Amino acid sequence: MATMMTTWKARVYVTLKPGVLDPQGRAVENALKVLGFAEVGDVRVGKYIEVGLEAPDREAALARVAEMGRRLFANPVIEQFRYDVTEAGAGAAGAGVAGATGATGATGGATGDS
Amino acid sequence: MRWAVVVFPGTNCELDCHHVVADVLGQPVEYVWHKDTRLEGFDAVILPGGFSYGDYLRTGAIARFSPIMGAVADFAAAGRPVIGICNGFQILLEAGLLPGALRRNEGLKFRCHDVHLRVENGATAFTNRCRPGQVLRVPIKHGEGNYYADPATIDELERTGRVVLRYATPEGAVTAEANPNGSLNNIAGIVNERGNVFGMMPHPEIAAEAILGMEDGRLIFESIVASVEGRVAHVR
Repeated sequence: MATMMTTWKARVYVTLKPGVLDPQGRAVENALKVLGFAEVGDVRVGKYIEVGLEAPDREAALARVAEMGRRLFANPVIEQFRYDVTEAGAGAAGAGVAGATGATGATGGATGDS
Repeated sequence: MRWAVVVFPGTNCELDCHHVVADVLGQPVEYVWHKDTRLEGFDAVILPGGFSYGDYLRTGAIARFSPIMGAVADFAAAGRPVIGICNGFQILLEAGLLPGALRRNEGLKFRCHDVHLRVENGATAFTNRCRPGQVLRVPIKHGEGNYYADPATIDELERTGRVVLRYATPEGAVTAEANPNGSLNNIAGIVNERGNVFGMMPHPEIAAEAILGMEDGRLIFESIVASVEGRVAHVR
């Protein structure tokens, strides 16, 4: 009777809207410049949230995560959010995060979900 | 009149609020735990300062979903006075009972010192004991008090006299130097359209007695009393 549920993993990125002053981002940008990274600009600091959830399919999972974002993760007055969803396990999630964490290499094991 | 002081996990200014109402004003006051769902029999509600839910996610973001907040919204919808102080202000914003948001302080510092506040509107339920233009000395203690709203909202607040308190110099001049956190237009406190929900970042409850060195904060509480007891007409 029940729909077959699949476990998904959502990754949600919350950032300040463009035009909203980001004091943290500005401080980080200044620190980068002090370190000699003169080429940097427009540094913004945000939040990253991982959520495991059960849903019958990818569309359903995306819809639920969008609702979570609207209702809790972001304050629409000053923040925006984006998100993606991957099937948990079966290596799919690992492939999904490879691009994002590849550059950190050594810490990849700590951030993986295997 | 009876006062309610709402307590969330992580609230830490409830004792001071309770003390001011009970011992300085000499009025009945009760703590209301955030899991309660009723505010019947109360005439004014205080959402005190602190770090509800550890400020996790965003200040006030989780507290706004506490069971008591439905009753707070109903209380506000009935036109009764609700004051949010510091974290209480943040909760009212997250709950949509007041417009705008509070960002990290400009400069990123947690600011803990006295400020001067110019009373921009002395005809509210929360400032009727103040003269318009009066300067109050009250402390702040917050890391996220940088008021923001979109330009249309700011314009509406300004046009309709809903900017109640502004950071100013001791002489009452609104300057960038007097702004401790980067708030747009030096905004320190606002009311809702109806005039019965008020949020302010500074802490009047710790500036309400001569023995503490500051008394101006008492005017905020006395204004609420005057309003509830019908000695002034103000709520639209």
